[in-house]
Amino acid sequence: MTDATDIKPILEIDNLTVDLPDGNDRRHAVDGVSITVGPREIVCLVGESGSGKSVTAFSVMGLLPKGQLTPSGGEIRLMGENVLTASDERLRELRGARMSMIFQEPMTALNPTMTCGDQIEEVLKTHTDDDQATRQAKIIDILEQVQLPDPPRMAASYPHQLSGGQRQRIMIAMALVLEPVLLIADEPTTALDVTTQEQILKLIKEIQRTHETAVLFITHDFGVVAEIADRVAVMQWGKVVEEGPAEAVLKRPRETYTKMLIGAVPSFTPHGRPRDSKAPVVLTTDGLSKIYGGGGFFQRAREVHAAQNVNLEIRRGETLGIVGESGSGKSTVARCIARLIDPSAGHIYLDDDDIAKASQSRLRHLRRRVQIVFQDPYRSLNPRRTVGASIVEGPMNYGMGHKEAYDRARELMSLVRLDPNALDRFPHQFSGGQRQRICIARALAMGPDLLIADEAVSALDVSVQAQVLELLDDIRRRLDLAMLFITHDLRVAAQVCDTVAVMHRGQVVEYGEAAEVFGNPQHDYTRALFAAAPGRGFDFGGGLTLAAG
Amino acid sequence: MFGFIVQRLLATIPVLGMVAVFVFLMLRLTPGDPAAVLAGDNGTPDQIAQIRESLGLNEPLLVQLGIWLGNILQGDFGQSYFFKKDVSELILLRVEPTLALATTTLILTIVVAVPIGVLAAYRHGTWIDRSVMAFSVAGFSVPVFVLGYILIYLFAMEIDLFPVQGYKPISDGFWPFIHRLVLPSITLSVIYIALIARITRASVLEVLGEDYIRTAYAKGLKPNTVLLKHALRNAAVPIVTVIGIGIALLIGGVVVTESVYNIPGLGRLTVDAVLGRDYPTIQAIIIVFSFVYVVINLLIDLSYSLLDPRIRY
Repeated sequence: MTDATDIKPILEIDNLTVDLPDGNDRRHAVDGVSITVGPREIVCLVGESGSGKSVTAFSVMGLLPKGQLTPSGGEIRLMGENVLTASDERLRELRGARMSMIFQEPMTALNPTMTCGDQIEEVLKTHTDDDQATRQAKIIDILEQVQLPDPPRMAASYPHQLSGGQRQRIMIAMALVLEPVLLIADEPTTALDVTTQEQILKLIKEIQRTHETAVLFITHDFGVVAEIADRVAVMQWGKVVEEGPAEAVLKRPRETYTKMLIGAVPSFTPHGRPRDSKAPVVLTTDGLSKIYGGGGFFQRAREVHAAQNVNLEIRRGETLGIVGESGSGKSTVARCIARLIDPSAGHIYLDDDDIAKASQSRLRHLRRRVQIVFQDPYRSLNPRRTVGASIVEGPMNYGMGHKEAYDRARELMSLVRLDPNALDRFPHQFSGGQRQRICIARALAMGPDLLIADEAVSALDVSVQAQVLELLDDIRRRLDLAMLFITHDLRVAAQVCDTVAVMHRGQVVEYGEAAEVFGNPQHDYTRALFAAAPGRGFDFGGGLTLAAG
Repeated sequence: MFGFIVQRLLATIPVLGMVAVFVFLMLRLTPGDPAAVLAGDNGTPDQIAQIRESLGLNEPLLVQLGIWLGNILQGDFGQSYFFKKDVSELILLRVEPTLALATTTLILTIVVAVPIGVLAAYRHGTWIDRSVMAFSVAGFSVPVFVLGYILIYLFAMEIDLFPVQGYKPISDGFWPFIHRLVLPSITLSVIYIALIARITRASVLEVLGEDYIRTAYAKGLKPNTVLLKHALRNAAVPIVTVIGIGIALLIGGVVVTESVYNIPGLGRLTVDAVLGRDYPTIQAIIIVFSFVYVVINLLIDLSYSLLDPRIRY
């Protein structure tokens, strides 16, 4: 890191204020924010959703939606030039050439109808007078720099033919092809698997060093901050509440809010609560497999083994975690167990009933015993029905009376710590964390023996995530439920699970008690997975007490 | 891809077969007697019976159907009762005006509807957007024949810009040919412009909210480039689908428009054939139309894979 006093900063955000449209809960999306990014410096902007971190980044790029968010005060200087007062034409010259941006979702941030090479070439065409041959040479060169294999083939590929990590590399190549002085990265690794995330973070660091780029890195993940940041600015409610060198902020946070955020990051150390080995077994799978594919009349048959010979067991009052990266088959297993999809082979014993091949009519009786909470609370509740209607629908389907169902719904609302009188409200009137509580109440309304949580806390902010995890654990204890917890987040798994199964390419590669799997991983893949987790060297949660917060 | 095309072309055979049988039976089961129509108002029952005999209408229904299908397989659509000509010859004579009208209508529709749809989406919520939507509602609401007569009244009678009615083949020169097609094309295209402008607007509006549009702006591209190169191409699949459905629906509109403007095309032939109970002609026209439908649908499906590299057959 360079000394900021004798070298001019690349980016100075000076007392920036951005107004929200009328009728919002607060007047400013960003309120008097000042941040500087020096040459060759990575500054992390950390905060929960709605803290204004993305709005700040988009203000720098001049990409705020017109008419909805308007910068009303302060200055943003890029190498001394105020971009807030720059003309549209000047802004277009700066974007892509002097400052560029990479986004969260590599799946959707690239145009699906253009080849990756064409999308990079577009930047060169817009900002330079290079001829065709020079442009092609530059494209191949930058694709090599982002360490993509076989650059000519990558350039000729469409985005959907590449993996998530490869797409993010294409985005980075596109952003850096003209050697901008400033790179803004908006949660660039949030949508990626941990092992891919590790590689991309390493790449950003390397490339930033060789190109001497200043980086404004937006994230909600303190693990990522610990990996990459030189300096950190923590945002809450549109204001920067704490700023300083990364080491200092992470180890000795001053503000209560920062302490709370860091404290809410789950620790890697498993809880190690005692298991009751005499508790009855609720669910057993025996050789569970799911094969997709087949192929049609004119097509080649292509089979995908989404799950292969999976053997699991969950006892009453216990939580089994299935961890793995996307495509590992963890959700397939969950869906087979809930019989949302039909397994291809194997047995699923719920108590003593084998439900793997149960007919639809027999399933009807079994369905209420297995319930699922899904990942995205924004999309798993019907927006046009009141939450009460969503909760009582299941029990009433099974013959419960209207009044009784609503009484039970009110009880459940208190159980998930929501206002029992809020049953007549609609989902959009609740926050993400509250909606996930409603989804849990909906699942519990059926009185299940087994609750499946499929990435149920992945879409939530850390502080909310901590609350929902605590709630789930409390419910498991109080109702003596068996729980199947699907997650990609090892920290979360360490906190809630008694036993852990690690899945990789459809197979369970390691299965055992959480303390053992985390303490002494046997399989290479498990070790690679743990090594890739961001902020591994930094002990969150365990190292800090919540007492101050 | 090749397999897909073969599969789809093979699938047209049962479709056309079913259409043929259905049309044949429909016509026989609806009231009305071609022999009576041919004999005229003064025809005696004896004459009618004789005509019926000569047309083969006294044979059992299934035998008639068998003869007709057998002839079709040999490429013979039979003789028109009314025009006393081979049906295939009759259709060939009438194809040009219809094809001309459909083509000019289609071109006019696409040239007008797509740009105003894109513009409305880009200027979402402004007066431009509202005007396009208002035009859309109006375009949907006005029946083709009302619009036809209004246009004739305004542009052919009040201001003598275009001829009132009629058609000149392209062999008589390009200008007279186009001159007579202007009003019919406008009449016919208004409803399709309304429809396709709306779909274009909705589709582009959706794409403009996508992440890659933001990426395009972040690269420093001009709004025009973003709109045409990134937004429109991605919005194209639903637009092309509706244009394809539009072509199919066009055939219905052609019937009315050709009658209003007195154009001797397939639409008029259809009307005349129905009024004259000219079974062979009606049957042949419907089979030709349904074949066109099937081919258009295939072309639309194939166009998807050109527009979107993710779609592969």
